[in-house]
Amino acid sequence: MNIRYGLILVALIQLAACGGDSWTRTPPKALESAPTAEAVPGGTTTPAEEVGSPELIREGPEQTSLSRLVIYFEFDQSDIRSEFNEMLAAHGRYLADNPDTRLRLEGHADERGSREYNIGLGERRAQAVRRVLLLQGAASGQLSTVSFGEERPAAFSSDEESWALNRRVELVYR
Amino acid sequence: MKQQVGWLGVIWVLAVIAAPVDAQLRIEISKGVDRPVPIAVVPFGWQAPTTAPFDIAGLINQDLVSSGRFAPLEQRDLVSRPTTLAEVEFGDWRLLDVDLLVIGRLTQTDQDRFTINFQLLDILRGQPLLSFRLESSGGGLRRAAHQISDMIFEQLTGIRGVFGTRIAYVSVEREGEVMRHRLVVADADGYNARIVFDSPEPIMSPAWSPDGRKLAYVSFEGQRSAVIVQTLRSGAQQTVSSRAGINGAPAFSPDGRKLALTLSRDEGNLDIYVLSLANQVLTRLTTSPAIDTEAAWSPDGQEIYFTSDRSGGPQIYRVGANGGTRPRRVTFEGSYNARPRVSPSGEELAVVFNDRGNYRIAVVDLTTSVTRILTDGRLDESPSYAPNGATLIYATRNRGEGVLSAVSTDGRIKQRIASLAGEVREPVWAPFRPF
Repeated sequence: MNIRYGLILVALIQLAACGGDSWTRTPPKALESAPTAEAVPGGTTTPAEEVGSPELIREGPEQTSLSRLVIYFEFDQSDIRSEFNEMLAAHGRYLADNPDTRLRLEGHADERGSREYNIGLGERRAQAVRRVLLLQGAASGQLSTVSFGEERPAAFSSDEESWALNRRVELVYR
Repeated sequence: MKQQVGWLGVIWVLAVIAAPVDAQLRIEISKGVDRPVPIAVVPFGWQAPTTAPFDIAGLINQDLVSSGRFAPLEQRDLVSRPTTLAEVEFGDWRLLDVDLLVIGRLTQTDQDRFTINFQLLDILRGQPLLSFRLESSGGGLRRAAHQISDMIFEQLTGIRGVFGTRIAYVSVEREGEVMRHRLVVADADGYNARIVFDSPEPIMSPAWSPDGRKLAYVSFEGQRSAVIVQTLRSGAQQTVSSRAGINGAPAFSPDGRKLALTLSRDEGNLDIYVLSLANQVLTRLTTSPAIDTEAAWSPDGQEIYFTSDRSGGPQIYRVGANGGTRPRRVTFEGSYNARPRVSPSGEELAVVFNDRGNYRIAVVDLTTSVTRILTDGRLDESPSYAPNGATLIYATRNRGEGVLSAVSTDGRIKQRIASLAGEVREPVWAPFRPF
C-alpha cells in the first residue's frame, strides 16, 4: 500500500471527525505550519474523545473537493477530465484565500515507454494543473511543479489498473 | 524558487565511497548463433606448489560462452592439457572436431607480479594465430583474462571484444516504504559491482564520459531534479545543473567538453540545451512547445538526436549541436520512437519502439530509414550500445521485476542478465578503456 493513500485516508478520517461547518469558519492554520507534505487543507484534528458519542456529520462539497489531492489522466494525455474541475476550483479558491500557502504539483506517468520522455509527460500534467489553479485564483508564486515521471509509482503492477493510478498529479501542500 | 538559479554554481560533495555490492549480475545466453565455433581452452599452467591465484582459462571459457558465438569444449573432453606449443599434439586435437585451441601458463615473478603467456592455435594448420605475454598484479588477473578473451574474440570474429569493459546501471530495492536507489558500476560480466551513489530518491539516466572516468546522472535529492557529474575514482560530485524545473537526460559530447541536457526552466517546457562544462555557457537547441528530450550525440559531435512529440506522438529528430538550425524528423515508422542512442559507427539508432502495444528495442538504419525490431518484451527500454556496436544492453521485465538483457544488433544472440537482488534498470555500457 502506498504511503500517500494511507495518509489521505487518515486525513479523510480526521476531516470526518472534525465537523463540516467548523472548517469553513476557522481558517486552517494547521496547514501553513504542517511539516509533512501530505497535510490536507482543513486537517485540524479534534481528539476523538472530545467528539463524544458517534454523530453523523454531513460533509460540505467544498471540503470533499479540498480533501482530494490526486488528479488522474488518460494514457499519454495531460487534459484535465471534467470530474476534477470542481476539486481544482476548490483548491484554487483556497490558495487565493490563503496567499501564504504553498502547493507543490508532483507530476507522474505510468511505466510504459522511455523514462525521460515520461518525465516530460509528468511535467506536462503538472503544468496543466498549474494553469487551472492560476485561472482559479492561485498566484504563480504559490505553485511549484516537479515531475517524477515513472520513478515513483503509486501502484506497482504492470497492468491497466496500476497504470491508471500512476498517471497522476499529486497536490502536496507545504 | 529564485535561489535555485544560484545553485547553478559548482558544488563539490564527497559521494558515498564506492562500496562493493552483493547484488552481482550473472549472464546467461538465451539464444546463441546457430553454429557457435567450437574452441578448446586448456587450463593454464601454474608452477608453484600452491593452487593458481586465478583460473584464467575458466574466465576465458565463460567470456566466450557468454558471447553466444563460441562453444568451448567441456574440461573433461580435453584430450590433453598442454601449456606450451611444444606440448601440443595437433593430430589428437584434429580428431575432436575442434578447430581452435587456447593454451597458456601463469607464472609468479615477484611478490605481487605475474606473467601470463598465452597462445591461440589454429589446429588445422598447426600454427599460432596469437601469441602474447601479459604482466599483471594479482588483483589485475581477472582484467588480464578479459583482455585475453578480447584478443581472441577480435582475432576470430573481426569485432573488437568488450569483455574488459564496464557497465553502469541503477538498482532499486524496496525496504518497507523506502526505496533504495543505487547507481552501480560493474564489469561487463556483472562482477566487481560497486555502488557509486545511493539515494532514497530516484536516480535516473546515467551517462558515461567518453574517457570512462565520470558518470553524469539525474538525482532527485531534496525533491527536485539535478544533473550531477561524478568522478568515479574520487567519488567527487559536481552539480552541473539544478535550475528551476526539470534537469534531465544528460549526454556527454564525444570530446567530453559539453553536456547535452533537457531543461524545462520556469515555463515548464522541455527543451534540449548544450552546456559547456568549462564555462557553464548554455546553448538552447530547441524551442518547440512540445516535449523535447533524450539527447544523443552523433559520433562526430556535430549533431544531436532527440525525442520530440511535436508531431503528436514521440518521434526522433536531429538538430545541429551548435544551435541555430531547424530540427529534422528522422523516424517515420510506428507511433512511438523514443530515447535514441547512436551506434558507434553513426549509421543507426537504437530506440524504444511501440510494436502493437509492446515497447521494444528497435534499430533504425539512418540511411534507409528501415526499422528492425530486435526484442520481444512488453516493456523493454533504455537501449545502450556496447562500444564495439555489436551488442545492445537494455532493461526489460521478467515476472514483474526489472532485469537487464542484451541482444546482438543482428538479432542472432540474446543474453539474459540476472540480478541476484533487487530490480535493475537503465544499463549504460562504458566506452572502451584507454590502454
